[in-house]
Amino acid sequence: MYQTNYVKAASTEDAVGHLAKGGQLLAGGMTLIPTMKQRLASPETVVDLAGCGLAGIEDAGDSIRIGAMTRHVDVAESALVQNAIPALAALAGGIGDRQVRNRGTIGGSVANNDPSACYPAAVLGLGGTVHTSTRDIAADDFFTGMFETALDEDEMITAVSFPKVAKAAYVKFPNPASRYAMVGVFVAAGDGHVRVAVTGASSDGVFRHDGMESALSANFDAAALDGASVDVDDMIGDIHAAPDYRAHLVVEMTKRAVAAC
Amino acid sequence: MTKVNITLNGKAVSADVPDNTLLVSFIRDTMALTGTHVGCDTSQCGACIVHLDGESVKSCTMLAVSAEGAEVTTIEGIGSAESLHPMQQAFHENHGLQCGYCTPGMVMSAIELVGKNPNPSDKDIREGLEGNICRCTGYHNIVKSVQAGAQMMGD
Amino acid sequence: MPEGTTKDGIGAALRRKEDKKFLTGSGRYTADISRPGQLHVHFIRSDHAHAKITSIKTDAAAKADGVVAIYTGEDVAADGIGGPICGWVVTNRDGSPTNEPPHPILANGKVNYVGDHVVAVIAESLQQARDAAELVDISYEVLAPVVDLASAAASMQIHENVPNNMYFDFELGDEAAAEAALADAATVVELDVRNNRLVPNALEPRAALAEYDPVDESYTLFTTSQNPHLTRLVIGAFMLSIPESKLRVVAPDVGGGFGSKIYVYPEEAVCTWVSKKLQRPIKWTADRSESFLADAHGRDHINKVRMALDANNRITGLRVDTLANIGSYLSAFSVVTPTILHAPLLSGCYEIPAIYTNVRGMATTTAPVDAYRGAGRPEATYLLERVMDVAARQVGMDPAEFRRMNFIPKDAFPYQTPVALQYDIGDYEAPLDKALDMIDYKGFEARRAEAASRGKYRGIGLSSYIEACGIAPSAVAGALGARVGLYESATVRVDPTGTVNVMTGTHSHGQGHDTTFAQIVADKLGIGVEQVEIIHGDSDKTPFGMGSYGSRSLAVGGSAIAKAVDKVIDKAKIIAAHLMEAADSDVVFADGKFTVAGTDKEKVLSDISLAAYVPHNYPHDRLEPGLEETAFYDPLNFTYPSGTHIAEVEIDPATGVVQLVDWACCDDFGNLINPMIVEGQVHGGIAQGVGQALLENAAYDETGQLITASYMDYCMPRADDLPDFKVDYTVTACTHNDLGVKGCGEAGAIASPPALINAVINALTPIGVTDMSMPASPEKVWRAINDATQAQAAE
Repeated sequence: MYQTNYVKAASTEDAVGHLAKGGQLLAGGMTLIPTMKQRLASPETVVDLAGCGLAGIEDAGDSIRIGAMTRHVDVAESALVQNAIPALAALAGGIGDRQVRNRGTIGGSVANNDPSACYPAAVLGLGGTVHTSTRDIAADDFFTGMFETALDEDEMITAVSFPKVAKAAYVKFPNPASRYAMVGVFVAAGDGHVRVAVTGASSDGVFRHDGMESALSANFDAAALDGASVDVDDMIGDIHAAPDYRAHLVVEMTKRAVAAC
Repeated sequence: MTKVNITLNGKAVSADVPDNTLLVSFIRDTMALTGTHVGCDTSQCGACIVHLDGESVKSCTMLAVSAEGAEVTTIEGIGSAESLHPMQQAFHENHGLQCGYCTPGMVMSAIELVGKNPNPSDKDIREGLEGNICRCTGYHNIVKSVQAGAQMMGD
Repeated sequence: MPEGTTKDGIGAALRRKEDKKFLTGSGRYTADISRPGQLHVHFIRSDHAHAKITSIKTDAAAKADGVVAIYTGEDVAADGIGGPICGWVVTNRDGSPTNEPPHPILANGKVNYVGDHVVAVIAESLQQARDAAELVDISYEVLAPVVDLASAAASMQIHENVPNNMYFDFELGDEAAAEAALADAATVVELDVRNNRLVPNALEPRAALAEYDPVDESYTLFTTSQNPHLTRLVIGAFMLSIPESKLRVVAPDVGGGFGSKIYVYPEEAVCTWVSKKLQRPIKWTADRSESFLADAHGRDHINKVRMALDANNRITGLRVDTLANIGSYLSAFSVVTPTILHAPLLSGCYEIPAIYTNVRGMATTTAPVDAYRGAGRPEATYLLERVMDVAARQVGMDPAEFRRMNFIPKDAFPYQTPVALQYDIGDYEAPLDKALDMIDYKGFEARRAEAASRGKYRGIGLSSYIEACGIAPSAVAGALGARVGLYESATVRVDPTGTVNVMTGTHSHGQGHDTTFAQIVADKLGIGVEQVEIIHGDSDKTPFGMGSYGSRSLAVGGSAIAKAVDKVIDKAKIIAAHLMEAADSDVVFADGKFTVAGTDKEKVLSDISLAAYVPHNYPHDRLEPGLEETAFYDPLNFTYPSGTHIAEVEIDPATGVVQLVDWACCDDFGNLINPMIVEGQVHGGIAQGVGQALLENAAYDETGQLITASYMDYCMPRADDLPDFKVDYTVTACTHNDLGVKGCGEAGAIASPPALINAVINALTPIGVTDMSMPASPEKVWRAINDATQAQAAE
């Protein structure tokens, strides 16, 4: 790891101040620290957000608001989340391993927008809202490509809100080696409309699948997806899964998510 | 350089270390407690697992400075050769270790697992040890050890 | 957990003596050791598979903070440093020797794989060494990589003295007889298989710490080795020209080896060399990424198999043509592994009158390939047990019954195979029957039907294996090209107060020797295991020995210990006779007591040892004082463990995921010393075999970059990939060692891959799938199901 300077931000404002000066935000560090260890990142300053008071889960009526520094373990074990959006608690309980869940945070995961991360599928699938230091960003506007988001350079996530929906489920097909999502599908149904968000599969990062959403909005049954297909050209191909296999898994995992709703 | 103050195995310790020092380096190199091991560089093998304020974390994936003020417990802090922790005793009784390299991380992970789920099924244990790689045992006896450890910790 | 029969002697499932240090974090691995004033070395490795080095500029790096020295291949050459040698070579079909290219410890003008060692940067801290390494400017002229094994012979030549990239061209058996059997066969069975390349992945990465003492001009090297004496011999005599007596090699606690820590690697030689140049201790610890790139890999064969059956479905002949990927350099046992440890195993458990095999060892620009748990025997067993299933299907027989009818019958031992080995003893039907029973083979079709009702394909597969442990005797090995002996040594020292120290030439890196060996000694001497200390891993403390690999430690090393203990007892009896004023022949030793027949006279071991070291009343006319004996044991033959492993799987057709749902095995390891430790060895071996069959694969891209270079892409078996294993034993005691033991360390890894792949194919046979390569990854299985389903639909 290259030399770096560590600062612990006392507040969101403090953190944003460091961010504006080129600091690298450190949330749970589950991606940043390994990246720095490999010398693939060399931030001059690392800004630890642990002291900013951004952890916590609130019931906001028709939604759940989760502070950016809330760890996966806390979301997974939250009675509030388990009751209101059990699929979200289950998703958080399946990220990485227990040690990752004890450190990793929702804000870090969403801000990084790793194409094989689980949380972006929940944010997009549930149609959540990303709260930042300056504004609220709808999920549909937030994820802009692999490792890319709508966040400005001096903007940081403070919380994420998830609407309570009638039915939702997340099903993941893990990469056999890394255990990251090779394909993960979040299906949410409410108000007569179904959202299907897919992570792990596309080189553009998390995406919604219009065709399957329409089919499921008309008939919320796994059988409604029998003829569904995913554009193979959009799929990631690697040694674990060629694009056509990933495309197949997207439909298959969607069916399983529907069945699990 | 930053001064790091932590409680390590119940003792207050402090040292000036470069800001990029990993917690595992602080434990192994600065504090000379070599029971915590490093088996990979991608945060997957779990040989470096310690408890941070009672929860298991991979000490290779956090900065020592981030542990400021925390209580850190390593394998050296849970029992001794004369008085093994029940989970250590269970690994001994059930041949849950061979070369011993993954063992400290495995035991620290298992203790937290059982703390949260005092009566784990075999499936709970196998899934709960996702963050620990062992190349020697085939896990069969590790699962038995954790079952027995859970029993002994409950007694 | 098996329970033993006696308190702590032979046969007892004694809990391990060595556990407590590991459980409390007090183990002492090489990376845990530090020396005052130590420097750290970081190796700059080639990022090209094949390239000429046109220049190395180190000026800027040399001026960086903390840098003490920077060395390149030119410095190595200037100091006349040799490379790691190949420990066993073979004679080619045409009578010529193996082609052995040079292997400099730092590349000299050319790199031959990604990970090859190019520059050693030595600095006060590892951070400084790594920072400085980024300032070293290396220019390369990139050459064509040689990655594909099948086309290696026709690719760019890598080494000047290795034409057609072929290191060796080995044969064994009678080609004419095998071809005649195939020509006359009622049925010819053909199969092409690939034995996938693996990375051993002992959880402790390799490490070294070398220190030079200018006062007595000697070196101490702490290193992660399975055989410290061989490391001393190779580094001392062949690489650095250090008198062996001036080099102490210590392999302290070692975190797993599986073969990968047998060999001498460039890194520990560099540390040793530089420790004198700089007069400072030099430390190196591998990152896991370096382990992936530069630890010797395992397996990587292409095998073409043809088997002949007569009209009664008895095997009449076998021909196997093999291409073995040896990689960029000849690692220590890279030549013997696919030849001597492979070809003689092709008879398996079967009566096969005619066998012929040709093995070509090919150079590629990939990491060196060498012995990995099983070493040659898994490759032989895989192709044989796969073709046995194909044959059974082809002739419409149950695979268990087809094996049974071709087994060497139990009254046929000793049995001479047509491929050099003479099996001393065995009974292959007994473990087959037991394993079939353990897994309820008869009830399988009902389980298959039940799984089908849940939309799953269920399959069962078996593998009846034989292996050869404890390579021996030395004279035969020497005639076959070995450059080392294959005996083992032991010194048994009884202290004045009756406690016992055993110095063994083997090395324990997880196998539990401290306990198993202590049980042998305790049993023979009638004392408690707590009175026995096993000392290994330090060339200054132990007699010259060969270390641990090839499941040899108990059969060879344990036998040496038993022999040394017998010598101690023989001497003690004479002392006892003297003390009790009896004739030697009247002294009886049993249950730890020396007695004189027909009297109540009695002495215990501590009485004898005290007399031996305080020899006031002592038979000086017949014996020297002291009670310490050394034995070297050179076995008469290999040992031949055997058995049957059976896997049961369920496959999800929608994803291709293979779930391993059950495992039963019955092994014949001869007598068991500690059944608990044996069972642990079986479990671990199976897990590595399951890894090979379902999960693991070391893959290079066409440019020679290793694309599975971390646990992000190389799939290690984890707890939730595996089931509980049902393990049991039958016993035919080895006939040529006193303990009647055979060895158990590799059996699981040898037996398991074909059982699993046979199970996968069995599950998919109903839909027309007939072949599956390793690893049977979800994508591969899904594709096979798709292809078969489409082919069936088209019909």
